[in-house]
Amino acid sequence: MSERKGELAIETSGLVKTFGELRAVDGVDLAVPAGTVYGVLGPNGAGKTTTVKMLATLLRPDGGEARVFGHDVVREADTVRSRVSLTGQYASVDEDLTGAENLILLARLLGHRKAAARERAAALLDAFGLTAAADKQVKNYSGGMRRRVDIAASILNTPDLLFLDEPTTGLDPRSRNQVWDIVRAVVAQGTTVLLTTQYLDEADQLAGRIAVIDTGKVIAEGTPGQLKSSIGSGSVRVRLREADQREAARRLLAERLGTEVLLDADPVSLSARLLVREGENGPAERASLALGELAFAGIVVDDFALGQPSLDEVFLALTGKPTQPERKAGEAAAEPASGSPLGGTSTIDPQRSDEQKESVA
Amino acid sequence: MSTATETTTTGAGQAPEAADGFEPDRATLAAVLAPGQRPPRPSALAASTAFGWRAMLKIKHVPEQLFDVTIFPIMMTLMFTYLFGGALAGSTSEYLQFLLPGIMVMSVVMTTMYTGVAVNTDIAKGVFDRFRTLPVWRPSAMVGYLLGDMFRYSMASVVILVLGLILGYRPDGGPVGVVLAILLLVGFSFAFSWVWTMFGLLLRSEKSVMGVSMMVLFPATFLSNIMVSPDTMPGWLQAFVDVNPVTRVVAAVRGLMDGNVEGSELGWVFIASALLIAVFGTLTMRLYNRK
Repeated sequence: MSERKGELAIETSGLVKTFGELRAVDGVDLAVPAGTVYGVLGPNGAGKTTTVKMLATLLRPDGGEARVFGHDVVREADTVRSRVSLTGQYASVDEDLTGAENLILLARLLGHRKAAARERAAALLDAFGLTAAADKQVKNYSGGMRRRVDIAASILNTPDLLFLDEPTTGLDPRSRNQVWDIVRAVVAQGTTVLLTTQYLDEADQLAGRIAVIDTGKVIAEGTPGQLKSSIGSGSVRVRLREADQREAARRLLAERLGTEVLLDADPVSLSARLLVREGENGPAERASLALGELAFAGIVVDDFALGQPSLDEVFLALTGKPTQPERKAGEAAAEPASGSPLGGTSTIDPQRSDEQKESVA
Repeated sequence: MSTATETTTTGAGQAPEAADGFEPDRATLAAVLAPGQRPPRPSALAASTAFGWRAMLKIKHVPEQLFDVTIFPIMMTLMFTYLFGGALAGSTSEYLQFLLPGIMVMSVVMTTMYTGVAVNTDIAKGVFDRFRTLPVWRPSAMVGYLLGDMFRYSMASVVILVLGLILGYRPDGGPVGVVLAILLLVGFSFAFSWVWTMFGLLLRSEKSVMGVSMMVLFPATFLSNIMVSPDTMPGWLQAFVDVNPVTRVVAAVRGLMDGNVEGSELGWVFIASALLIAVFGTLTMRLYNRK
């Protein structure tokens, strides 16, 4: 919205929240321009949810300041509440109630009269494709439907600022695309969206700016383009038909892509990291040209995949260490032992226990 | 899925059809998102009623939760009447006349602990966070729980009364006395429930809420004048029974139902209720705001 140009939806300085020994948020500075999608990217336990909870007036900061549209989140909590909505990581609707009842309840709590509340609920259920499920209890909804009714509950009064805490964690790709479409529609109406996510591609797709946080600190901030150029742009993975052509393919790709090509354990597969270079073709274009060269050289490619850098790679590039934050005693048990839990869309549970700890702390 | 999120070969762009047939439509979404007139902030009463409506909806969807205000009180009444009646009062019908108002108080006061469990369960799920971000009168969410619970308390009282009447209980206070007794009991239980909203917010799990509730409720109900007249108890126990607010409530409820209530008995119940709300209501709201 033009009149808001330059206004900051969120401004924090030195925000701190501690839970006993653990500094969950350790001096976070954010400046989120109004009318944009701002991504907060980080692994489980990085402090994303805690930050959001402080901004949404659910937790009191232990240090630093946070303002939402210029209003202090502690001293002017009620004003802040009237302008924001939160869709938490886990269903923030009542699972025993039906979708329609949930929306009518919240509409009434926002001051709508009975008839108006019903009308508003029906309109939202319709726009979110939930009319058929309106009278079913939310606990019987699929993951995607639950997420949608959750987001619908957040926009009963179109908020000026919408917090979406990991809105697509645990969703299948199709439901994830639906959520992305909804987020785009919300921001197109002028609402500022603060989105936390574990997926670089999600932040890349939706956010105008991204803050990467780890162990409670912002470790990088910028546009998706800036971030990606600082960390390379993912990788290309190729599977050949003949194992004895792999050496030739490796040499050719190394030359064309200008990077080291790794041989995978699978004797017909190899992969290379792609780097962004000033004044050169984009990495995807260079990869496709290099693949053309393979075909030209008579090397048969059975399959290939162009991957975005995973959050693992982002963290490796930014911090020089993988995404296993150093944990205080007792925290480590909640994390998966090893591997890379952040590339896929199936990692929801480890944080659940963390969240519950937070909420009772 | 591999480490990288693959975009090229899987074509994550347009899915042909959504799993549940939903395709977000830009125009419809834009229409519902258009910032309309914002209604004024609801009054404290409107917000509390809305939360109370939620509690009633939960009873509608999960009617099993009414067991504790139907089956449980029936069990208590039958058990204690026939277990102690002969020994304590010479006959079960005599004892019932003494016990019924007390067992009514006992059953309802015991039911209050489910308020704490409900609060705690909501916190464990995410719905509590949403309520706390709403710009409404802060205690309304808590009052809402209690409004739903008052329905449950009334139901338990009526169940016991009906059972009592069937077994031969005859209230000398007549219908007016009985209705006033139930109102007094439900009112006191509303005040007493703030103890549990506090524990619901304070404790980590549903189980610990149940545990603490039992620890408070067993002595509070048994060490009173519900089962027996305190005259036979040792002095130190009489002292405790005397200051136990449950004793006061039982005396007043019994008085109303027997038609011989004293003003001072009623006065004590009002004072106890006011104190409970002042202390535990305040503590509850502190926890609710600071959580």
